[in-house]
Amino acid sequence: MPDLHLDGRPLCVAPGTTVAAALALGGDGSSRTSISGQRRAPLCGMGICQECRVSIDGVRRLACQTLCQDGMQVETQA
Amino acid sequence: MKPTRVADVIVIGAGIIGAACARELARCGQQVLVIDAGLHSATAAGMGHLLVLDDNQAELDISRYSLRRWRELGPQLPDDCAYRSNGTLWLAANEQELAAAEAKSINLRGEGIRCEMIPGHSLQEMEPILRDGLHGALRLPDDGILYAPNTARWMLDNPRIRQRRARVTELDGNRVRLDSGEWLSSEAVVLANGIQAVDLCPELPIAPKKGHLLITDRYPHPVTHTITELSYLTSVHNSSGASVACNIQPRPTGQLFIGTSRQFDTLDPEVEGWLLARMLKHAASYAPGLAKLNGIRAWAGFRAATPDGMPLIGEHPAQPGLWLAVGHEGLGVTTAPATADLLAALLFNEAEPIPAAAYAPGRYLGEPTHA
Ligand SMILES: Cc1cc2nc3c(=O)[nH]c(=O)nc-3n(C[C@H](O)[C@H](O)[C@H](O)COP(=O)(O)OP(=O)(O)OC[C@H]3O[C@@H](n4cnc5c(N)ncnc54)[C@H](O)[C@@H]3O)c2cc1C
Repeated sequence: MPDLHLDGRPLCVAPGTTVAAALALGGDGSSRTSISGQRRAPLCGMGICQECRVSIDGVRRLACQTLCQDGMQVETQA
Repeated sequence: MKPTRVADVIVIGAGIIGAACARELARCGQQVLVIDAGLHSATAAGMGHLLVLDDNQAELDISRYSLRRWRELGPQLPDDCAYRSNGTLWLAANEQELAAAEAKSINLRGEGIRCEMIPGHSLQEMEPILRDGLHGALRLPDDGILYAPNTARWMLDNPRIRQRRARVTELDGNRVRLDSGEWLSSEAVVLANGIQAVDLCPELPIAPKKGHLLITDRYPHPVTHTITELSYLTSVHNSSGASVACNIQPRPTGQLFIGTSRQFDTLDPEVEGWLLARMLKHAASYAPGLAKLNGIRAWAGFRAATPDGMPLIGEHPAQPGLWLAVGHEGLGVTTAPATADLLAALLFNEAEPIPAAAYAPGRYLGEPTHA
């Protein structure tokens, strides 16, 4: 069972959970804040729309294309 | 066919060139109708780098005049036009390019354009994204950037300008036919429809030159200048084959534009992965840090290229009443203000803001057949 941190809060998810699913399970479902201050969330779920980009261990990645791993630090504020 | 007189001037095309022309004509008191078909435009696809180029006198005249006009206009432009005077850094990767940069700086200074040589060892301090070992750079502090689609919209927002969504299918001097079959007329018609100009005037020597661009996610990156390579000066003028050049432009949002490529003989609007990859690798060879950034969109657009690289601005020699403002290649956002001012001056027989001969349509279309 991967243990990760979502915006600093601990979260435990089932193996095989994507970060996009973790956002819904453990946060407000959003991946980031847009330039105009809106919260944005995963949309297409298949790596095309780029809406679900999050910061994972300091690197910008697509939440829907990334599986949760032990110790991941996921940030949705960027 | 009885044409309906709809305005003093009809402008075909609402890209940056049509918009700038319409705005200038409106400023001269004309009632203007702008007709646009809503096609994939160069203005929407382009990079909006405002830069002085000095490969020849005509290019220098039109870019220098335009940069001055953009600086005057800058303070009036709304925020979403993203106008900045952030400067250009022309990178020299070897001794030859450094010599070219120095020659360029002497020429530019002689023409009254501010610029300075930056030694190789201080480049990383200025732009930390750059790799070690570059030989130096030429910095033009007065170049800028602009988000052209919003600027075109802003220019068209004028009480003397009306806009209509329609496709022009035929031209006859100062009369135009729409896809509805309707004929419209005005004192003058301005053709400013980019690469589609040849659909209406097949005699125009305009060829599409495809270009790719990519935009990254937002990062707290420290890039300030538009960074471009000096060998760009040579690759621009290759007349065949695909080429790439490093062009990195910081957006006010914290995103980076990465360009660019040039390809002839294609009208396929799709992104071509092999060329995009080549373009990005090339840019990363100057700025290795790019490889860690997330690209969120890539697209391609078309520049309207003429054989000598200069636009066609002026009356069509064989079609009285039809005025051309087309063929701006990779510099049309920059050169829109000079194009508009020159076109208006020619139309109203006023003093030319820059010498008109180098852009005269007659250089390809022959001399006027009418008195
Ligand atoms: C990848 C790329 C990067 C570029 N980078 C830069 C840059 O950094 N700096 C710079 O200065 N320039 C740059 N350019 C060039 C610049 O974008 C163009 O020169 C400029 O946008 C041309 O504007 P335009 O108004 O002539 O044409 P367009 O923007 O193409 O507009 C033409 C308009 O005409 C309309 N139209 C066409 N046919 C018809 C018809 N039959 N009836 C009605 N309407 C019609 C279309 O719908 C369109 O809106 C770049 C171009 C590309 C492709």
